[in-house]
Amino acid sequence: MTRVVLSRRNLLATGGSFVATGVLATGVSGLLLPAHADGLAPTQSMSGGANNYRKGAAIVERIGKGGFWMSGTVRRAGDGAPLAGQRIQIWAHTVEGQEHEPQSHGATLTDKDGKFRLEMPQIIPIFGQPHGHLAYDSGEFKTVFLRPVMRSAKETSLEAHFVLQPA
Amino acid sequence: MKRWRSARAFLIWGALALAVGVPIAAAAASEQLAWRGPVYILAGFAGIVALGLVLVQPLLIGGYLPGLSAYRRRRAHLWIGGTLAVAIVIHVAGLWFTSPPDMIDALLFASPTPFSPFGVTAMWAIFIVALLALLRRRLGLRLRTWRIIHIPLAIVIVAGSVVHCLLIEGTMETISKAALCALVLAVTAKVLIDLWRRQTPRAESVARQ
Repeated sequence: MTRVVLSRRNLLATGGSFVATGVLATGVSGLLLPAHADGLAPTQSMSGGANNYRKGAAIVERIGKGGFWMSGTVRRAGDGAPLAGQRIQIWAHTVEGQEHEPQSHGATLTDKDGKFRLEMPQIIPIFGQPHGHLAYDSGEFKTVFLRPVMRSAKETSLEAHFVLQPA
Repeated sequence: MKRWRSARAFLIWGALALAVGVPIAAAAASEQLAWRGPVYILAGFAGIVALGLVLVQPLLIGGYLPGLSAYRRRRAHLWIGGTLAVAIVIHVAGLWFTSPPDMIDALLFASPTPFSPFGVTAMWAIFIVALLALLRRRLGLRLRTWRIIHIPLAIVIVAGSVVHCLLIEGTMETISKAALCALVLAVTAKVLIDLWRRQTPRAESVARQ
């Protein structure tokens, strides 16, 4: 599991975004190795994750004109069971608007495997890093805000994974 | 001899204009600008100009810019120091306006971006130097005391600004940015070495033997 995090290339590429990588690695390896899912620790909110959050963004087919994919998984802490029908809110500074603007926000629901995927406009660097924001904030589980960073501003997708604990 | 001197002056001033002008021009051509509001753009360029001023300061104080008397160099250093403080205020205020929570995180040293604490530390060092420079006469600080205060803060300003700038992914073009940062470090190192040599002539003569 830590192999992903410690590989030199990965470390160099992600730079300061090791937190994001850690979450990514946990999520991916957890899916690949279900045996390790036992005692899965809940995801902690990332610093700055809640910045420019607008509560209650509408569930949309797509944010704006699309062209960029935000995806990830939502699972339960402890047993790692996928959580279906969970509402994930997504926002970022994109080619179609700034982070705080309503048109930059949208929400989607996880499928039966706990996966979500939402098309949105291309994310561009803001405040020195190309990054997105995601929130789980529906009440049933503890609220989590994530702020994954793209390895390069040229990438056209970004992942973030949630492991939720009961509120 | 005279012709060589004026050619040298022309080259030095030209190099300075290029070192500061090229990064600004390259940033002005950045495609990122298309997706930024005017206030955010202003804030970004205030930061780039500030880095250019950080290069000019040690050049002035080290006497490396030809054609300026010692008095004018010192006056220019003072005024550019003040301008630097104003540029930083514009930089921070513009970023605050663009995204208040991100700027507040940065000022509180709680930001997820690794470059923020370096920039904020350099900012405070700039403000302290500017304030002390204003009050220097009133406080009766002698040159020696002033240097003991100013030199460490100048090192903090230079190191903080360079790291801050290099870690940012923004409008600045990578190579011109790295070149400007390298120049800032090199000139600052030269001033420090020259100052140290002037203060300890013995060390110099020992080193020569």
